[in-house]
Amino acid sequence: MKRWTKYIGTRLFYMALTLFIITSATFFLMNALPGTPYNNQDRLTQVQLDMLNKKYGFDQPLMQRYVNYLGNVLHGDFGVSLQFSDQPVATLLGQRIGPSIQLGLQAVAFGTVIGVFLGVIAAMHQNRALDVFCSLFAITGRSVPNFVVAVLLQFIFAVTLKWLPIGLWDEGFRSTILPTLALSISPMAESCRFIRTEMVEVLSSDYIELARAKGMSEIRIAFTHGLRNGLIPLITVLGPMTVSLMTGSLVVENIFAIPGIGEQFTKSILSNDYYTIMAVTILFSALLVSVIFLTDILYQIIDPRVRIEGAK
Amino acid sequence: MEPILQVNHLSVSFDTYAGKVEAVRDISFNLQPGETLALVGESGCGKSVTCRTIMRLLARNANIDQGSVLFRGDDLLKKSNREMRAIRGGKIAMIFQDPMTSLDPTMQIGRQIAEAVTLHSRVSRRDAKKRAVQLLHQVGIENPEKRYRQYPHEFSGGQRQRIVIAIALAANPDILIADEPTTALDVTMQAQILDLIKEIQKATGTSVIFITHDLGVVANVADRVAVMYAGRIIEIGTADEVFYDPRHPYTWGLLASMPTLATDSETLYAIPGTPPTLIHPAPGDAFAPRNAYALEADRIADPPLFPVSATHLAATWLLDPRAPQVQPPESIRLRAEEYRQKQSAKGASL
Repeated sequence: MKRWTKYIGTRLFYMALTLFIITSATFFLMNALPGTPYNNQDRLTQVQLDMLNKKYGFDQPLMQRYVNYLGNVLHGDFGVSLQFSDQPVATLLGQRIGPSIQLGLQAVAFGTVIGVFLGVIAAMHQNRALDVFCSLFAITGRSVPNFVVAVLLQFIFAVTLKWLPIGLWDEGFRSTILPTLALSISPMAESCRFIRTEMVEVLSSDYIELARAKGMSEIRIAFTHGLRNGLIPLITVLGPMTVSLMTGSLVVENIFAIPGIGEQFTKSILSNDYYTIMAVTILFSALLVSVIFLTDILYQIIDPRVRIEGAK
Repeated sequence: MEPILQVNHLSVSFDTYAGKVEAVRDISFNLQPGETLALVGESGCGKSVTCRTIMRLLARNANIDQGSVLFRGDDLLKKSNREMRAIRGGKIAMIFQDPMTSLDPTMQIGRQIAEAVTLHSRVSRRDAKKRAVQLLHQVGIENPEKRYRQYPHEFSGGQRQRIVIAIALAANPDILIADEPTTALDVTMQAQILDLIKEIQKATGTSVIFITHDLGVVANVADRVAVMYAGRIIEIGTADEVFYDPRHPYTWGLLASMPTLATDSETLYAIPGTPPTLIHPAPGDAFAPRNAYALEADRIADPPLFPVSATHLAATWLLDPRAPQVQPPESIRLRAEEYRQKQSAKGASL
């Protein structure tokens, strides 16, 4: 138990350090971008510019602003958005992160479960019809952009069949189905391809042969001994995939008119909305390092060989 | 006694890009209840394929071209997959060569044993666990309750092989097939594992098919020995007959290349040449090109198995009445001589 505490403590320290470095790097890079947050800059007089800069504190030296910003962040103050009439950034993101995270998690969960299943089936029928079918599906899923899938889904299920809403975020779970499907194509294809490769190797290993000699059925072998071993490497890929989906897809969110965070991020960069850029970056990085941390913990639960020394 | 297993005229081939590989060519043998039969031969002679055919664990590119495998009179080659699953592990169990890789690295070893128990009998989870702990104890793992929860990487090679044996014993099989179970172990471990297998056989009365290329191991465990070469059984007999009165030149070569305490020469004997390819094997005795005693007949026709005694058969034209009398090499004659002296000494002391 003590080892675990120490392990987690060390990891948390490094996570904080990583976030600090990312925050600092982004802060200085962002300030090196040309332009200002004011969209009608050309028509402002120098006096007006000075007033605005003073109001937002941009008149201070960069180093001073950096220290101030870090201090504020540590106190939970992420500043105000410059493009949305001085709305606090935290509130702004708080309203928009929910749908993105929900869609992302649903898409990853649905996509991987189906993808893993298809991958296992493909590996069990290596080089036969079912395998070719699954591989074809995976390649198609990888190659077709998700916005094409999104529009197709809208056309079939919303326009033609009228089963589901075509967009917006006002019908609870029903609103999430089509965007989730559209987003899940990529994790589905990815995990199908990945699991197939892993499983082909696992299924030819000696312990699978021993399981056969025990008298187990092929299906049971694949889903107990096979999958457990084949899944381990997938966890590594799955973490970052989850984060990238959780942090929203600009295009899919636009197509379904979902108030998500993906759109926000792009807009904030284009308009030099300093505090929003910083907040979104910190949020994404925090999610990513947490997911990597969770992945490592998960590894130790699934794979007994990587358990930390002495931990029981 | 009715044999528990009869292999009759079995031929197995594999489809490969290079052509059809005739891995097993018309072999027949019996296995009596409670006996240990050793299948001996160099790599690629078909001994493993024979056993995998019995277990029906062949790769997808394998064809069983002819023959039958009768287990208690039932042809295993005609069984459905479902019926075969009940036999695999239940009636006929197998121990594999490399204990380092034959256990699932992500599952507690106890559960891997318990799994084998529940596959072949309707028992509660708790009873399966109890049985697994008892099996661990039986194969000589100390502290079985605690070690039940451990993973393969926490065991040494010898211990892992014991666990694999425990899995094989889970359903009290009638036949145990051991496919080179000691090849991957160091010498002291080998002796312990062989003792364990003998012990188990004594306690349970199971029949054992022991695949090996190590004649030292054979001498230690086998009641009967079948020597395989290029997909055929070329000599079969009791262990004493094959060891002390071998008739096939290939068996002579094998025995001569095994060092004994009496070996004083610096270099070890080796059979010249390499085994033939089994893609379209040439007619005649497959061993003829490497055989210093080869006759003209060997190059034309494959010799049948000639009976030497009621239990001893050898496939060489040298046993044909028309063949010239050939003396086996000196070391083989010495073995036979030594053996006869030992036997008569034993007889005298009785």
